[in-house]
Order: sequence, then C-alpha cells, then structure tokens
Amino acid sequence: MDTSEDILQQASPDLVRGSETARRSKAARLSPSFISWLQAGPMMLVFLAFFLIPLVFVVIVSFWDYNEYQLLPAFSGRGYTDTFEGCIAQLPDLCTIAKTYLKTLKLCFLVWVITLFIGFWVAYFLAFHVKSKTWQMGLSLLCTIPFWTSNVIRMIAWIPLLGRNGLVNSGLVKTGLINHPVEWLLFSEFSVVLALVHLFTFFMVVPIFNSMVRIDKSLIEAAYDAGATGFQTLVNVIIPLAKPGIVIGSIFVITIVMGDFITIGVMGGQQIAAAGKIIETRVNALQFPAAAANAVILLVITFLIITMMSRIVDIKKEL
Amino acid sequence: MKEGRPRSFYVLAIFFAAYTLFLYGPMIAIYVLSFQGPQGGLTFPMNGVSTFWIAKLFQGTGIVDLGAAFRRSLLLGIIVMIVTVVLSVAAGMAFRRKFKAQSILFYSAIASLIVPSIITSLGISLEFRIIDDVIKGTFNENFETSMGLLTSGLGAHLTWTLPFGLLIMFAIFNRFDPRLEEAARDLGATPWQAFRHVVLPIILPSVIGIGLFGFTLSWDELARSSQAIGAVNTLPLDLQGLTTTVTNPDIYALGTVISAVSFTVIALALGTIHMLNKRQAAKGSDAGKGLV
Repeated sequence: MDTSEDILQQASPDLVRGSETARRSKAARLSPSFISWLQAGPMMLVFLAFFLIPLVFVVIVSFWDYNEYQLLPAFSGRGYTDTFEGCIAQLPDLCTIAKTYLKTLKLCFLVWVITLFIGFWVAYFLAFHVKSKTWQMGLSLLCTIPFWTSNVIRMIAWIPLLGRNGLVNSGLVKTGLINHPVEWLLFSEFSVVLALVHLFTFFMVVPIFNSMVRIDKSLIEAAYDAGATGFQTLVNVIIPLAKPGIVIGSIFVITIVMGDFITIGVMGGQQIAAAGKIIETRVNALQFPAAAANAVILLVITFLIITMMSRIVDIKKEL
Repeated sequence: MKEGRPRSFYVLAIFFAAYTLFLYGPMIAIYVLSFQGPQGGLTFPMNGVSTFWIAKLFQGTGIVDLGAAFRRSLLLGIIVMIVTVVLSVAAGMAFRRKFKAQSILFYSAIASLIVPSIITSLGISLEFRIIDDVIKGTFNENFETSMGLLTSGLGAHLTWTLPFGLLIMFAIFNRFDPRLEEAARDLGATPWQAFRHVVLPIILPSVIGIGLFGFTLSWDELARSSQAIGAVNTLPLDLQGLTTTVTNPDIYALGTVISAVSFTVIALALGTIHMLNKRQAAKGSDAGKGLV
C-alpha cells in the first residue's frame, strides 16, 4: 500500500504552496501535474490495459483469418463476409444477421419503453411525493439493494413463478381463467422482456431521480400559480427539466440490452437469437475473427445510438 | 402544504409498492424454495421444510465444487474492492483540479461503463490469447496461459467497478467544502495530514459505499467474466451453467447462499456508514451549540 499512500500524500498542490512546513518537504519538489498523474495514472493504466487495448485488438482481430481451430494473423474480411452471408443473395428476404438485429432492436425498444415508464414514475414519487429526507433515503435504498445482488439469481427467481407448474399458471388454472397451463410465460420473449425490466429499471430510476431532485420546487409552484394544470406542469416543466436524467437512463438501458446475452440466454431458454448472443456463439465455436467482427458491428450500432441520444444532452455537464 | 396529500400521492404510492413487490417478490420465492424438503421440486407448493438442499451444497456432493468457486469469488471480490477503493479515491482527488488527459480518463470510464460487456470481455480474451502466443513463440514453448482469475479476470472486473467508484467520487467532491481543507492548511497541516485527518474522515462513509459497490459488483459479475476468466469459474458462472441442466432445488440453495453473502456485505457496509454518519453528526461540529 506504500505507493497508494505516496500518491495520496501529494493530495493537493494548493496545500503545498500555502504551508511552510510542506514547502520544505518532498511534495514541494513535485509539480502539480506530476502529482495529478500519480493520482489518476493507476486508473488510467487499468482502462488502458483492460479496456482500450482490448478494444483495439477486437478491431484488429476482426480483420484476421481463421480456420477450424486457430487464429491466422493475416488480413482477411472473412469475419465480416461470413457474418453478412446471404444478405444480398437472399433479398428481399432478410438474412440471419439482419433478422437478429431487428429482433434485438425490438427487445430493446420494448424494454426501453417499459423501464422508462416505471423508472419515471418511481423517481417522480421519490423526488416529489416523499417529503422526509430519511424516507427518501430509505426508499431509494430499497430500490438499490437488488442491484447489489446477483443478476442470475434474480433471473432464476422467475422460474417458480412462471414455469409450467409455477404460481402464475396454477393460480390462473384454479380461478378458471385458463384450462391448461400456458407455455409462453417462461423461456419466451415475454420472460426475457420481463427479466430485463426487472433487472435494469434501476438504471432508469437513479439518473431520472437525480435530475428531478435538482428541480427548483418554486418553478413548480410558479407554474401552478400561473394556472397550469398538473398535467401541463408535468409536460412543460418537469419533463423538460428531467430530460438529462431520462437520456442518461435511456443510454444505460439501451446499451445493456443491445449487448445482453445472459438474460436473453437464460430467460429465452437459449433459443432466442440476439446481437450479444451471436458473439458468444462464435467464441464458443472458436471463430474469434467472426466474433470480433460481430463485436465491431455491435459497437458501431451502439455508438450511433449513443451519439444520437447525446445530441439531446451534454452528459459531462450533468455528472 | 396543510391540505393533506393529493390523490396522485396515493396512486403513485401504490405504484411504488407494486414496483417493490415486483423487485423483491421473485427473490423471496427462491429463498423460501431453497428450504424445500428432500422430495421437493422446483416449484411451489413446498414439500416439507428442511435444510437438506443447503446442506447438500456444502457436502460437495452437488454438481459444482462450491467450496473452491466460493473461495475464488470471495478472493477476487475482496481484491477488486480494495483496488477499486484505492484507485477511485486517488483519481477522485486528481479530478479536483485540472490536469492533462482529464477528459480522456473521464470518457474512458464512461465508455467502459456503457460499451457492452461481451465486447470488453472478448477484447480481454483476445489480448491475453495474443500475449500467450507471443510468449510461446519467443520464450517458452510449454507456456500454458497468462489468463486467469487474478490477471484477465481481475482486469475485467475493474473495468466494471472503477467507473462506479469514480462517479461516486465526483458526487462526493461536488458537495465537499474545500474551506475545511484550507483551514487545515492554515493550521500548518502537511498535504498528507490534511488528507488523513480532514478529507478522509469526511468522505469515509461514501468511500465505504465505493467498497460496497466494488465487492458486490465483482461478487455477482458475469458478463465480463464469461470470456475473460480463464480456465476456472467464479460462483455466478457456475450458477449460470446450472440453469440449463438442473432439475432440483440445489440451484435455489446455491442462489440463497450467494445472496446471503451479498446481504451480509450490504448490511455490514450500510451499518458502518450509518455509524460513521452518526458519529460525524455527534462529534463533527459544535457550531450553533453555544458555549459549553
């Protein structure tokens, strides 16, 4: 831990300039920018080694060749041509990759609409209706705790409820609404969307709540005094001011769902194709260049979506 | 505000309660089901009550070597937690003034958070495969792999926990009063003394929050580990593997045990934060209390 303490020791250059004792110490000989590098450098190194360089490798390997069992470091577009196989020949029918992306976008859209609706009203309740700070903290914590527990467990948790003999089916049969248990509750698109909403509404609640608590309450009173109805206040005052939170939450949810392969795998019974799942399938088949090519495609599409959304709001200003 | 609560309050209160039930209901269902009797199945109704499935898990007669995976996940979680806390606090201090590459670090963190996990995971696995090939080609033909729990696995987890740590540090220093530090400086504190005796005690509750995020996010991490962990599995990976094959409640028992660790850590962290906040409130300042 010596190194980290050293880093922290140089905590603030302002201090160094102000204090006579410190001026004579080692810290005084270090320039402020060097101290900043010591403090921020380790984190930068981690991102460099485990995020930025790996991304570069994904792009490079996507242009490599491969055979049944190994990578061949020679330029080839095979990763991409294999991926887009049949896209032109099969027209007007859609090829596999196009179908898969359409399906992923559809799931993405459904999850986005539902999490936005739930997230908005949950945040609204916490920000405007819960007046006491203690209650606000407590209820926010109640929403956060599941985020600190395992996603897989939260997926499996639906099995006893939605399965063929699960609580929902047996309940419906008992009340006479249906004669036979329905099959589409589990391992279906329905259960995938349900589980994604269950897991990721949190990412919508937090940023929207953050935007909402910053809204000056007197603005709402002003709107009310000027004769606005509750609905008009919502549309003309609250939603515009909560927009940054809405956009940030949307970016989180959309990028998570676009790249998801675990929820779609577990809750879809490994039967539903999705953008993230293609990558996993290719890796399992040891076709790394094809996997990398798919990763690049996914990255580009995700990046386009984020760029479109961040046009609406300056993310850096909001944090 | 004396008119009582508007009707929308009650509508939204019910909505919030329903959301909470939606969040917790299914989880509670599997905690209950993990105490199925020995003849019990995957669904309700309960077929007796016992600790049979949980005991079976610890006997190691189940499908996974729970003990080993448990120790691996715990070790990794603790290391990730420590590294996340130290690097986040350090970088958070750096962000209090301008420095070159500030925005590069900021955007790297944000990108690391939102680039789909499978891509990061694949990238790390490719990186280590290429490193392995280079080592095999130049130094040692018998070299196995540099991929592993504490190399590629640790790195993969940090790309997920560090952005949270950094964002929490931003939130802390947004409300931090720099005059407290100035006061320490005026009293002759060295930079380290000012950090150790002024800044750290004030931010400590939030720093524990960073540790909580660091541990729990690593303990439950799945997507980034999937390609980057190497030959051995973490506990969540074992659990995911079971979802396709298992037909009896030991999967719920495993889920309950994993959750028990999460909840213990959450309770410990929140308890400590609460205690520190109380201490700060009690001892932090005597302003406004008059002369004693």
